[in-house]
Amino acid sequence: MSAVIDAQGLGKRYGRKWALTDCTIEIPAGHVVGLVGPNGAGKSTLLNLAVGLLAPTAGTIEVLGDEPAGSPEGLGRVGFVAQDTPTYSGLSVADHLRLGAHLNPTWDQGAAESRIDQLGLDPDQKAGKLSGGQRAQLALTLAVAKRPELLILDEPVASLDPLARREFLQILMETVAEQEVSVVLSSHLVADLERVCDYLVVLVASRVQIAGPVDDLLAEHRRLIGARRDTDALPANQEVIESSHTERQSTFLIRTTDPIFDPAWTVEEVGLEDLVLGYMGQAASAARNERSTLRLHS
Amino acid sequence: MIEFHLDTRSGVAPYLQIVQQVRRALKLGLLREGDQLPTVKEVVGRIAINPNTVLKAYRELEHDGLVAARPGVGTFVTRTLSDPSLAAHGPLRQDLGRWLDKARRAGLDDESIEALFRDTFRSAREEGVA
Repeated sequence: MSAVIDAQGLGKRYGRKWALTDCTIEIPAGHVVGLVGPNGAGKSTLLNLAVGLLAPTAGTIEVLGDEPAGSPEGLGRVGFVAQDTPTYSGLSVADHLRLGAHLNPTWDQGAAESRIDQLGLDPDQKAGKLSGGQRAQLALTLAVAKRPELLILDEPVASLDPLARREFLQILMETVAEQEVSVVLSSHLVADLERVCDYLVVLVASRVQIAGPVDDLLAEHRRLIGARRDTDALPANQEVIESSHTERQSTFLIRTTDPIFDPAWTVEEVGLEDLVLGYMGQAASAARNERSTLRLHS
Repeated sequence: MIEFHLDTRSGVAPYLQIVQQVRRALKLGLLREGDQLPTVKEVVGRIAINPNTVLKAYRELEHDGLVAARPGVGTFVTRTLSDPSLAAHGPLRQDLGRWLDKARRAGLDDESIEALFRDTFRSAREEGVA
C-alpha cells in the first residue's frame, strides 16, 4: 500500500532550536492513524510540514506522493484542521461554507450543508459565538467538504469537553465510513485513540519509537510479572521496553512474536495506553542517559 | 435493532466486544434470523469507533455463519444461537446462589469469591483443553 506521508531524515529548525530532527516515517494509506507523543516531540511540526505550512530545513517529505502543497491539485487532496480548530470569528457559519466553495474546486456544498444541519448549527451564527465543540465541528466540516484523500488533524479534541469530544469523533468516524479518506490525527488522549485509530505512531523527541497496526502492536506486547530477575536474563526474542523492580518482584513490558512458556511469569495483555506510556518512558530514560553521558564528557 | 456499546476499560478488543454482544443477543433471543445489524456508519456514528473495527467484527460473525452481508443492503442474521441449555440456567443459578451463601458464611469476601471462581474456572478449562 502506498504511503500518505513519507518523510526521510526530515528536520525543522527555528533559529538555533531544532523542533524536529532526522525524522523518518512512512504512514500507509487507508488507516486512521494516531500520532502520539509528549509535548514538544515534534508532532505539530511534522503535521505542519506535511501540509506545506512549513518548509523543511533538512530532509524530504512527500504527501500522497507529491511535495506538500506543491500544486493547486495537491492542496485539494489534503484536508487540514490545525490545532485549536481555528475559524474566522467574524464570519458566519454560512460565510465559512461560501468561502470553502470559492476556494476549493472539489467542494461538496450539499454534504457541507447537510452536515451543518445535522449538527444543529445556525448558518447565520458568527463563528466567534460558537462553543468550542461547535467550532471544532465547523472546522472539520470545512476540511471534509473538499473531499480530501487525506485528512490531517492536529490535536483536534484536546481542548474539548468529553461530550463534545465524543461528538467530534462520531462525525469523524462517520466520515471515514462514508468516504475513502485516510486520516492522520495527533493527540495525547490515548483513550480516544484506542477507539478510533487502527494504526499507531509513537513519536518521542523527533524519533519514531514504534509504528504499526494497533491490533498487531497489542498482540506483540505482553506484561510479565514475577520474582525479581535481571533484564539480561530474559530470552533474546523478548525485547524489553520497560522494566521495574522491587526487592522481590520484577515487571517487564516486552515485545515478542513468540509464545511465552516460562511458568515463572504471570503474563498479561497490555492496553494501548500502557503500551504508549512504555515507549514514551523508554525514550525519556534514553534521553536522560544521553544527557548524563554528555555531562560526563564535558 | 441491536445497539452496541464499548467498554474501554475491559481490556477486551473493541471488535471482540461487538462480536460478543451479537452472540449474547442471539443467545438471549434479542436478535433473530432475518434481523438486520446496524450499518457500519450507524455504529461508528453512535459509539465513535473505527469503521474497520466494525467490519472486522461483522466479518468474524459472517465467518462463524451467524450473519450474511447483502451488498448495498446491509448485514442480516442468518442463524439463531438459541441455546438448548437455556432450560438448565435456572437450576444452575440456584446452585450457584447456594454456593455463594456458603462461601459468605465461610467468611469469604467478594474479592476472594471472585478470585476463587476465576482460578477454578481457569484450571478447569485448562484441564478440559489438555
